Amino acid sequence: MADESAEDEAETDGGVRAYTVRLELVDEPGELLRALAPIADNGGNLLSIHHERGNITPRGHIPVEVDLESPPERFDEIVEGLRDAGVNVIQAGAEHYGEELSVVLVGHIVENDLSGTLSRIEDEADAVVQDLSLAAPDGTDATSSARIRLAIDSGRSDQVFEVVRSIGAEKEFTVVEPLVGGDA
Amino acid sequence: MRLAILGAGDVGRSVADLASEYGHDVVALADSSDAAVDPDGIDVDRALERKLGGDPLGPDDPEAVFETAYDVLVEATPTTLGDAEPGFTHVTRALESDHHVVLANKGPVAERYEELRALEADSEGSIRFEATVGGAIPVLSTIEDSTPQAVTAVRGVLNGTANFILTRMAAEGLDYEHVLAEAQDLGVAEADPTFDVDGTDAALKFVILANVLADGGFSLEDATVEGIQNIPGSALELAAEDGRTIRLIGEASREGIRVGPRLVPENGALAVTGTRNIVQIETKHAGSLHNSGRGAGGPETATAVLSDVGRLPPLDE
Repeated sequence: MADESAEDEAETDGGVRAYTVRLELVDEPGELLRALAPIADNGGNLLSIHHERGNITPRGHIPVEVDLESPPERFDEIVEGLRDAGVNVIQAGAEHYGEELSVVLVGHIVENDLSGTLSRIEDEADAVVQDLSLAAPDGTDATSSARIRLAIDSGRSDQVFEVVRSIGAEKEFTVVEPLVGGDA
Repeated sequence: MRLAILGAGDVGRSVADLASEYGHDVVALADSSDAAVDPDGIDVDRALERKLGGDPLGPDDPEAVFETAYDVLVEATPTTLGDAEPGFTHVTRALESDHHVVLANKGPVAERYEELRALEADSEGSIRFEATVGGAIPVLSTIEDSTPQAVTAVRGVLNGTANFILTRMAAEGLDYEHVLAEAQDLGVAEADPTFDVDGTDAALKFVILANVLADGGFSLEDATVEGIQNIPGSALELAAEDGRTIRLIGEASREGIRVGPRLVPENGALAVTGTRNIVQIETKHAGSLHNSGRGAGGPETATAVLSDVGRLPPLDE
């Protein structure tokens, strides 16, 4: 049995995991800095921040997406810390559970109508391509890799994977999907 | 217990070598052509010395193994696919004569699970096969302790060669062919690494897990399997930009089996490095359990065989 004091310590046996937190911020100076403080204060490690200034949420706020790492046991404290600080948390959780997922495609991606591939994923999977990263070390007419970050509706990841798989099979790409489920 | 060991590769030899430490006697050790058989216990050191020196294990015919008095048949012959022979026949003969069987050979458990269980039901003996999944790591016994009904899925890395290759590719920014050659030089990959890199070896283990969860119904042909041969270094670089890496991950549930390269968090539990293996056992009531360790190797796998022997009930003579 662990004694009381052990409750304060993060159990780090499972290592750290990556999380994505979506926040809504009021468009005022200093808001972003204020919102990030509870993350570090609770033992989280900030990975990246997407400050979508151009977008406005239905409530007239600015959506901010924060990628962070923390031991799984610390994550709830981070979210709680954010809410205590008055930050509006829209969504919190391991990335794959929510509205965003990444896949890596390998093959003759560039010369095989890259933009066509992307629009088909958007149309057929009803997803939004948020980000594309391409690596073609041997030139664009050789085997290359692309990482595509997709925004999707919650709970639709299976359908999205199916679409990406079938486009991949058609174009002879190797599709590397994220592992969904369990705490990977 | 008196052990009769079939197969004198790394695992069979290590079982023979370590048996006395676990309080068991080796009454037979055989490869495909020769055997050392002695109802009072064979001279293990001498048999192993002969085998390593290129001589026959002993003066006996492998057939004599089944004629001697033993309690447990240890089936450690090489894994074969399809009809899983000759392993399946070895197991059949032992069970039909009311002996226990402990398998390190994946073939019969992956390909002919229901037949094995039917043979076991008609026998005084039992079968156990911890060594077929994850070498030294207690995977099947953990599922047994949690009860298979309370386990919803098992995921993880169960091929050390593929994991080593992906780890090195990510760390050094090298391509598949280059790292494979290095792995072969180091003895991590075999001269013919096909089953390791095309996912077959991992798939067999996840088929066995699915059979345990669903009490049968699966064989290799039911698994969706993809290997790591087409993964270039650039794919691992892109994954790393996003805090991920790529691992050859298997998944087994009552619905089926899938093995393929997958994106996992770089610092997550499943992203073990080098030849290490890991399984995540997802339970209904107790969250996820992670068991990690050495998934291959003679002495490592032999410990799983000998733990199984220790779990067997005594047989009435």
